[in-house]
Amino acid sequence: MGEPMRIRAQMAGDKVEVRVLMSHEMETGQRKDGGGNIVPAWFIQNIAVMHGGQTVLSAQWGPAVAKNPFMHFRFAGGRVGEKVSVTWTDNRGDKRTDEVAITAG
Amino acid sequence: MTRPHKPVVAALLFAAGLLFGTGAHSQDSTAKALQEYRDALQDGNPAELWEIKGEDMWQQPRGPNKVSMEKCDLGLGPGVVKGAYARLPKYFKDTDRVDDLESRLVHCMVSLQGYTRAEATRRVFGGPGAAADMEALVAYVSSQSKGVKMNVALAHPREREAYQMGQKLFYYRGGPHDFACATCHGEDNKRIRLQDLPNLTSKKDAQRAYTTWPAYRVSQGELRSFQWRLYDCFRQQRFPELLFGSDASVALTMFLARNANGAAFAAPAIKR
Amino acid sequence: MKKALVSMAALAAVLFAGIALAQSRSAVGEVEAMRELMRGFKPSGQAGLSRLVQDEVQQFCSDPGWQRNKARIAAIEGQQLAAVKYPADGKLMGNWKAGESIAQSGVGKQFSDNPSQPSGANCYACHQLTPQELSFGTIGPSLRNFGKTRGSSEAIQRYTYAKIYNSRAYSVCTNMPRFGHSEILTEQQIKDVVALLLDPESPVNK
Repeated sequence: MGEPMRIRAQMAGDKVEVRVLMSHEMETGQRKDGGGNIVPAWFIQNIAVMHGGQTVLSAQWGPAVAKNPFMHFRFAGGRVGEKVSVTWTDNRGDKRTDEVAITAG
Repeated sequence: MTRPHKPVVAALLFAAGLLFGTGAHSQDSTAKALQEYRDALQDGNPAELWEIKGEDMWQQPRGPNKVSMEKCDLGLGPGVVKGAYARLPKYFKDTDRVDDLESRLVHCMVSLQGYTRAEATRRVFGGPGAAADMEALVAYVSSQSKGVKMNVALAHPREREAYQMGQKLFYYRGGPHDFACATCHGEDNKRIRLQDLPNLTSKKDAQRAYTTWPAYRVSQGELRSFQWRLYDCFRQQRFPELLFGSDASVALTMFLARNANGAAFAAPAIKR
Repeated sequence: MKKALVSMAALAAVLFAGIALAQSRSAVGEVEAMRELMRGFKPSGQAGLSRLVQDEVQQFCSDPGWQRNKARIAAIEGQQLAAVKYPADGKLMGNWKAGESIAQSGVGKQFSDNPSQPSGANCYACHQLTPQELSFGTIGPSLRNFGKTRGSSEAIQRYTYAKIYNSRAYSVCTNMPRFGHSEILTEQQIKDVVALLLDPESPVNK
């Protein structure tokens, strides 16, 4: 289920500027715990950002992305008040979706 | 087979160290690189994840009494969160003591929500894979003082007493290493290794230091409260463990918060 | 358990007793308040409450105005110097390579540390030493070329050993810990750090 994301979607000229903070451990699978055992890999694998029924961004991530990752991008064709949703899926199959309305720049 | 190669690699690194690593120039460029790193962290501070979680916790009915924290009085009246952190610690009549934010939150969780003290303080600092509710609440409440000028009063005699005791504790040397807070935080422009140390006896540094906690610590992947900062300083001071919400903790916070008066609060921040 | 009881008793009885005897009634109130404040700590790992009980020097140096008391400064320094224990075998210099790893290590004596592991001296936290280590602090003076500028005569070796063993013998309220006096480092470890500082082969002097 995961913890809530923090999403901001704001008009910047004719584009929508999106900033997303995700709450995730992003374990690489390379680290050992205090007892010397490998901490199993646990990271976000897929990102999908939707707007008006269309995918405006999709990404495949690996274990090299930082804990509590931050993503920043722009897309064209959005208007104030329309919804932007972000979904991540991790390598355990856990999934989280959050949604915000686009605000004025 | 690889063994004979190792000294070669070491020698090359050593040569690189000599080339780039001598004199004042390298110190400047090290400091510059550190500053660039800090600047790069500013956008997208994960502390916001704690803030939204804390805000939710503040508003949701919780505990045996199933009530929210929205009647909690942080000093500006029941439910007033805006600007409250910039005026803490302060004396509260109902508890008859000087409270900082955390001890006040514990008071509200006990008196309003019906938790026991032990439940309310079960996990006060987050660890790997186990975030602390307390730090989320602290992140939320402190974020509501962003931009507000620090204005900690010494009006009540108990507030003055807490300040004086905090000052004494700041200079109190003890433990096997003879360390006090002042050992590392009593002079300008000092460093431990490459970490700059604020001089908490000077107004400017004291203001900058206090107004940038709580902070998201990138190296730990955790949001850390000011009380955690004190707790971990005492650990490194080789002192016993600082008790959460104790008079000692509140007094030292009072001393340092009051010394930051006049500066705009700027946390939750992001740090190395 | 017994040790804990003794240290608790020591805390109750000794904490500030020195000041309390010597000062006025209002000061006694202050001492009481400070003792009360120390209840804000709990024993943890190897860090017991006895660590909050100050010795004479710690007490003296906790007063920000300590510089004014010139007579006490001289007396305490003399007394700390007299208590330095030099190695029985008369050898003051160990191995600089071992000294370098002791200088690098910051573990030891924290409640989070394993007490069975040897402590480090953490010299680099505060001092510049070898030119290879760029990550050094500035709380203490640079010790670069420490031996090169001073030589390594018997007298310099004795001074260096004593300074590490008990820094307060030379500067009463210095920020530097008393590595021998407070049993942070062993005799051999101090010898190794002396070698790091004085051995002509040590990178500190190259």
